[in-house]
Amino acid sequence: MRVRATVAEIRHVLAHVTDPEIPVLTIEDLGILRDITIDGSTITVTITPTYSGCPAMAEIRADITAVLFERGWEDVVVEQVLSPAWTTEWMTDAGREKLVQYGIAPPRRTGPVDVLLGGLTCPQCRSRDTEELSRFSSTSCKSMWRCRTCREPFDHFKDH
Amino acid sequence: MSVAVYALRLGDDCLILGQRLSAWAARAPELEEDVALLNIALDHLGAARSLLTYAGSFTGQDEDQLAFLRDEREFTNALVMELDNGDFGTTMARQLVVSAYQVPLWEALTASQDELLAGVAGKAVKEATYHLDHAVSWVIRLGDGTEESHRRMQAGLDMVWPYAFELFETDGLVAELIASGIAAEPVALQRAWDSTVTRVISEATLSVPDTDWRPTGGRSGKHTEGFGYLLAEMQHLHRSHPGASW
Repeated sequence: MRVRATVAEIRHVLAHVTDPEIPVLTIEDLGILRDITIDGSTITVTITPTYSGCPAMAEIRADITAVLFERGWEDVVVEQVLSPAWTTEWMTDAGREKLVQYGIAPPRRTGPVDVLLGGLTCPQCRSRDTEELSRFSSTSCKSMWRCRTCREPFDHFKDH
Repeated sequence: MSVAVYALRLGDDCLILGQRLSAWAARAPELEEDVALLNIALDHLGAARSLLTYAGSFTGQDEDQLAFLRDEREFTNALVMELDNGDFGTTMARQLVVSAYQVPLWEALTASQDELLAGVAGKAVKEATYHLDHAVSWVIRLGDGTEESHRRMQAGLDMVWPYAFELFETDGLVAELIASGIAAEPVALQRAWDSTVTRVISEATLSVPDTDWRPTGGRSGKHTEGFGYLLAEMQHLHRSHPGASW
């Protein structure tokens, strides 16, 4: 059993924990990894849910414990905080780029520019001639869209 | 603790509405609606879990004990949450009535002196905004649609309407929690609610139901006939297999 750790080491290990529904995104990309503290041999990892009922949280919690356990850190506490509420503003630029590569339109940065421009960019053909089909999709965090240019449907990670 | 009772009321509202909505799985008029209603149900379930866990922390009970091992008289949800789904129009009427209440409710509670309630509200308010948008677009589409959709949307609204007013009742507990900056002020909620639903009903070419009947009793555990059947379905697995988990 390893007891000594630094926050940087733990953060490096947790960089491999991904969202089970969108496996290209790590918990750090998503912005749900809020804090890591070490007190003696106890490592406390604090995460925040994206949506209230997100079923991925249980799996992410288990993955965090497992990945640290594999490396010899057994005394791990995963805490969940609700406040401040998660927002897609916390998603990293790297995370946004990975989503595009994966075929999901990333959340827009909030601000007057996006409001003016309206439509989303199609992750397949980059056309801006797109329309929302449904505010709800396969997971809480996504909505369903269609591109009028290439006719492909795509998911959008909702601005939240 | 008063705040535990208040959290349980809010949690029961979310739990029971989530249970009702989830019965639309594979039964909605189109696939997108299956997905939408189930997403909304999941949001409610998520909020319910936080609220029930919090309420139970004052009495040494966990969320499962509260959800699955209480009997009918111990549930404190408002009656509107447990109403039968009816047809899609009735469900949309209920969604409009409840979402137009929950948006200002959660908005107000983000400023609650109770840290946990404020945290739950901070997440729920964003989700409730989606729920309201969804309900508003359907009520308008069906109300201002064909003769048949208009008739059924109005019938759904007439059915649900009287139950809305229980949401704005005040009792000693709510008054005490308002005084300490914990609870939301029902009068202000009703004002916001009234302005939303009146605007939507008018745009949907529907009429505000003309009735003074105001059924109530949910907060003190007096429920409608269908509630026992809802609990039987929701609780039977846990009661038949105590401690069952995935």
